[in-house]
Amino acid sequence: MRIVVLVKPVPDTTGQERLGPDLRVDRVGVPAVVNANDEYALEAALKLVEAAGEGEVTLLAMAPAGAPETLRKALAMGAHRAVLVTDPALGGSDTLTTVRVLAAALRRLEYDLVLAGADTSDGGGGVVAAGIAVTLGLPYLSYAAKIEPSADRVVVHRLSAVGYDQLEAGLPALVVATQALGEPRYPSLKGIMAARSKEILSWSLADLELGDAPVGGAVTTTAVVETHAPPARAATRVVRGPAGEAAAEVVAFLAERRLI
Amino acid sequence: MAEQRSYRLSTEQIELRDAVATLARERIAPRAAEVDRTAEFPWDNTKLLASQDILALPFPEEYGGLGADLLTVCLAIEALSSACATTGLILAVHELASLPIVTKGTKEQRAQWLPDLAAGKSLISFAITESGAGSDAGSIAMRATRDGDDYVLDGAKRFITHGSVADLVVVFAVSDPAAKRHRNLSCFVVETNRPGFSIGRLEHKMGIRGSPTAELLFDGVRIPATNRIGAEGEGFAIAMSTFERSRPGIAAQAVGIAQGALEFAARYAKERVQFGKPIAEQQMVQALLADMDASTEAARQLLYAACAAIDSGDGDGARWAAVCKLVAGDAAMRVTTDAVQVLGGYGYIEDFPVERMMRDAKITQLYEGTQQIQRLVVARSLLARS
Repeated sequence: MRIVVLVKPVPDTTGQERLGPDLRVDRVGVPAVVNANDEYALEAALKLVEAAGEGEVTLLAMAPAGAPETLRKALAMGAHRAVLVTDPALGGSDTLTTVRVLAAALRRLEYDLVLAGADTSDGGGGVVAAGIAVTLGLPYLSYAAKIEPSADRVVVHRLSAVGYDQLEAGLPALVVATQALGEPRYPSLKGIMAARSKEILSWSLADLELGDAPVGGAVTTTAVVETHAPPARAATRVVRGPAGEAAAEVVAFLAERRLI
Repeated sequence: MAEQRSYRLSTEQIELRDAVATLARERIAPRAAEVDRTAEFPWDNTKLLASQDILALPFPEEYGGLGADLLTVCLAIEALSSACATTGLILAVHELASLPIVTKGTKEQRAQWLPDLAAGKSLISFAITESGAGSDAGSIAMRATRDGDDYVLDGAKRFITHGSVADLVVVFAVSDPAAKRHRNLSCFVVETNRPGFSIGRLEHKMGIRGSPTAELLFDGVRIPATNRIGAEGEGFAIAMSTFERSRPGIAAQAVGIAQGALEFAARYAKERVQFGKPIAEQQMVQALLADMDASTEAARQLLYAACAAIDSGDGDGARWAAVCKLVAGDAAMRVTTDAVQVLGGYGYIEDFPVERMMRDAKITQLYEGTQQIQRLVVARSLLARS
């Protein structure tokens, strides 16, 4: 079982996100973490390989050159190696370029399954995985709550409004993970130590067969023209104190407003 | 003046510390109040520490450990203790009780016990204290009588941390009553499933309540002579050399407890409104918080410097161990007491964690040598080189 997991280093959302002059997220000086939804995909991939008793999990990311430190955290969870596509020409890329570049990188890798997170906490487009599936002609199985691969097929339970749909496709296929697959594990200390010597391949655009079509910021099909801060909410009131008193205070607050 | 030591945390140490801190914040902190209230040993936390290789930290790599130095182990103890002192103590005791095997054990003894200890499959405790032998470890009465290829152990140990949950106990007993004081003790590893071993009373304690403190009874416990660590009569020396590496562990627990209390008090002060503004804006509260921060940081920096000195084989390890425990234990007591003060009446009730932290802090001034014993060690070292 060979699985490629698409991961994206994103700004740590526990910090303050700032916008740069181009109105995009300013990534300079903000600590990066692995996109949380991608960690669910990685956890699912690790479980599948562990259950199969063989195979390997490869991380694939398109990110600035500083990304290896972030990828190490995902390697510490148990992924076997990582491929980082990084090139100055990719600065300012939109999702279309991301799709083309990651698809080109996947052409160089061998896999039975590609797993991706539902979306990212920075851009939030949620279209890259589908774009890659279309580009590579892979079956696209989204919103997976359960993934059951066999020798040459995969069955996925896709979350729906009323339960789930059971999908089946031949391998290789692309599956979009959801949090229903299970909480990502904490990296063990041995995992962290082992990650320090795991392979992180660095590919530039020259390593990919992208043809002559231009990529990156120069050919974005989308632009951020304006940004708005979300409307300010009224100050949050935090009730603290012994449980009994605090509960009484909350009840009184709600009762006063006829909410209960 | 002892040689100045400096340290700089490596990327690896920071990564390991942060991983333990994440676990402490997300998994261990939510259990801390319950562990204290029920006074039940947190087996779930123990399994977690084992599965995340945290219990493997102090053991050599050839036995499945991580081969971490003292500073790294202390970083982990500190991070755990800031959430739950009982859980921080699990690692501290695992490290200290294993030290005689790690440092003085034969190859066979290490191979016999260390792999399961490193994997967290077995727990170990350290039994030196007796009802009549606390600070005065030289007055131990427990007997180890040689009988052919065996020793037979008779007597009782008191106040033994993890004594009732451990699979192995490192025991110090008199093997030669005729020998001089400090030369009459030997060190033994006792499997707790041996006939004649039993648990006496379990103490009801003020703090670290989830950590079982047991009386251990030895009634003709027969162990093979191959369970003796080091030479006959070497027991006291082994115990004393253990303290060089175990006292910093308790200092780390103290720094962690202080940090936990400081963080909670600072957060509370920013939210608690009196006289129309958060109490954090009152200078008298700021002064309390500033002193708490300064004390904690001073203790931490001394601890790290002490660890670096001990790791580098500094000849005065006993002094470094004593000064860092002395300063950190007192800092923890003062900082947690002030944290209760910042919270006022709310600090005195169990709905908030600082009263627990204050109770937990007290033990760091008592065990692994009282603060008075630490002063004795420091003074001896000072006067010897003056």
